[in-house]
Amino acid sequence: MKVTLKVWRQKNATSAGEFKTYSSPELNENMSFLEMLDVINEDLAIKGEEPIAFDHDCREGICGTCSLVIDGKPHGPHKGVATCQTYMRSFKNGDEIVIEPWRAKAFPIIKDLVCDRKAFDRIQHAGGFISVRTGAAPDANSIPVPKEDADLAMDAAQCIGCGACVAACKNASAMLFVAAKVSHLGLMPQGQPERYKRVKAMVDQMDAEGFGSCTITGSCEAVCPKEISLDFIARMNRDYAVALFKGEPKKTAGGGAG
Amino acid sequence: MTLVQQIFHSSLGRKYVAALTGAGLFFFLIGHLAGNLQIFGPPDLINGYAHFLKSKPLMVWGARLGLLACVGLHLYAVISLAMESKAARPVAYAGGAAYGSAWRSRYMMVSGLVILAFVVYHLAHFTALLPGINGFGDFSKLKTELKDAGEVPDVYAMMVLGFRVWWVTLFYLIAQALLFVHLGHGLSAMFQSLGLRNHVWWPRIQIFAKVFSTALLIGYISIPIAITLGLGRDYSDRAKAGLNMPLGQQSAPQQGPADALVLK
Repeated sequence: MKVTLKVWRQKNATSAGEFKTYSSPELNENMSFLEMLDVINEDLAIKGEEPIAFDHDCREGICGTCSLVIDGKPHGPHKGVATCQTYMRSFKNGDEIVIEPWRAKAFPIIKDLVCDRKAFDRIQHAGGFISVRTGAAPDANSIPVPKEDADLAMDAAQCIGCGACVAACKNASAMLFVAAKVSHLGLMPQGQPERYKRVKAMVDQMDAEGFGSCTITGSCEAVCPKEISLDFIARMNRDYAVALFKGEPKKTAGGGAG
Repeated sequence: MTLVQQIFHSSLGRKYVAALTGAGLFFFLIGHLAGNLQIFGPPDLINGYAHFLKSKPLMVWGARLGLLACVGLHLYAVISLAMESKAARPVAYAGGAAYGSAWRSRYMMVSGLVILAFVVYHLAHFTALLPGINGFGDFSKLKTELKDAGEVPDVYAMMVLGFRVWWVTLFYLIAQALLFVHLGHGLSAMFQSLGLRNHVWWPRIQIFAKVFSTALLIGYISIPIAITLGLGRDYSDRAKAGLNMPLGQQSAPQQGPADALVLK
């Protein structure tokens, strides 16, 4: 099969970008989408042109590095998979495929299809952790966790932080990502001590990064490669309201045994 | 920062404001519809109700100020959020509509702004009674006699004559259709914004939104449609004829029990 690609090319963060059209050589329909781009890039390299820059790493759908808005949908035509697990058999011979980077002010483009997603790291640094001495592995079941809570926390913990939710949202909102990270820890007993401090810090960081707000369109849930539910956003909204109304903790003089 | 500052500073806080003020306006819509549906009774019913409201200025003005605050806060919250959201994507995608988004959610701003324009018109039409905009003339001249209150504004005739102007009716119908779209999303979204949702309640909340947005649509459009089909025509003709009489000879239009049943 052969396809035509309309790809966003942008030299660097400060230059203006534009779409360029490329014709593929003969492709195997069982190639992954990223392998198809590898083939195109080989061609470009041989011709002495600059290869198309795109993010990729594990290529098995668990690292969250690959991105690409393919024909208007982040991660390509299928539900619940990342770009790396999209295959050329999902397209028809002769198709024109439009490939764009994630587009959001908080995800500035570095080059071509690669954008800077460090905003997500900064949100994580603001509160996406628990403060404990890790030490040796504790006994299993030393802290009882209801099965339903564990399952729900695992659903949230599936988030690979790819940013497709931001890319898909008409408001470029990061709510689904932040909600997944907040809920993943907030559902577990180990996450309780910092539960409200966490949600407050992470949401405030999200706002500071310049993401848009949630208008509950459902785009994020529709494109999430891990199919994370909008329910988690409601959970975060609830926790944030509690955090606001609890107010700042009482100031202490410090010292003590700790 | 104080709590109020924090609420207005954060995006989630402004979503709470939008949801709560939206809920307030939704309750008003129910009450307002209940009041208006009295048009289907005899003329004295709605005229008496209007007179009752007029005689309680503290209650009415309290409600009006509350509603004004709701509208103002709702607008401030959603417009400031929408501007931030617009800024959050400086370069648009080449492709069209946002993938997988619920269509109603994409038209909240458009539907909301048309509803706002409608509300301004509606207030000028039936509250301020501006003569130039109703396609009829001076509504404030329409008076009727009420048994216990004497001469009162003839709200029944006003509504019937108001909706016998086709373009007024058309604008009302368009606005109600957009309100239906707005509420179809808004009534479920407000639960989400306030965090009142989980996998058990979400399907119920969506049914709630569908049922109430549809019920309000049917309730509100039933009035202009019934009037277009002939409700109160004889009564309003007599009220109109009364206006053309020389001053002093004007009398309340004769009310027969048949007036409310013209649709038969």
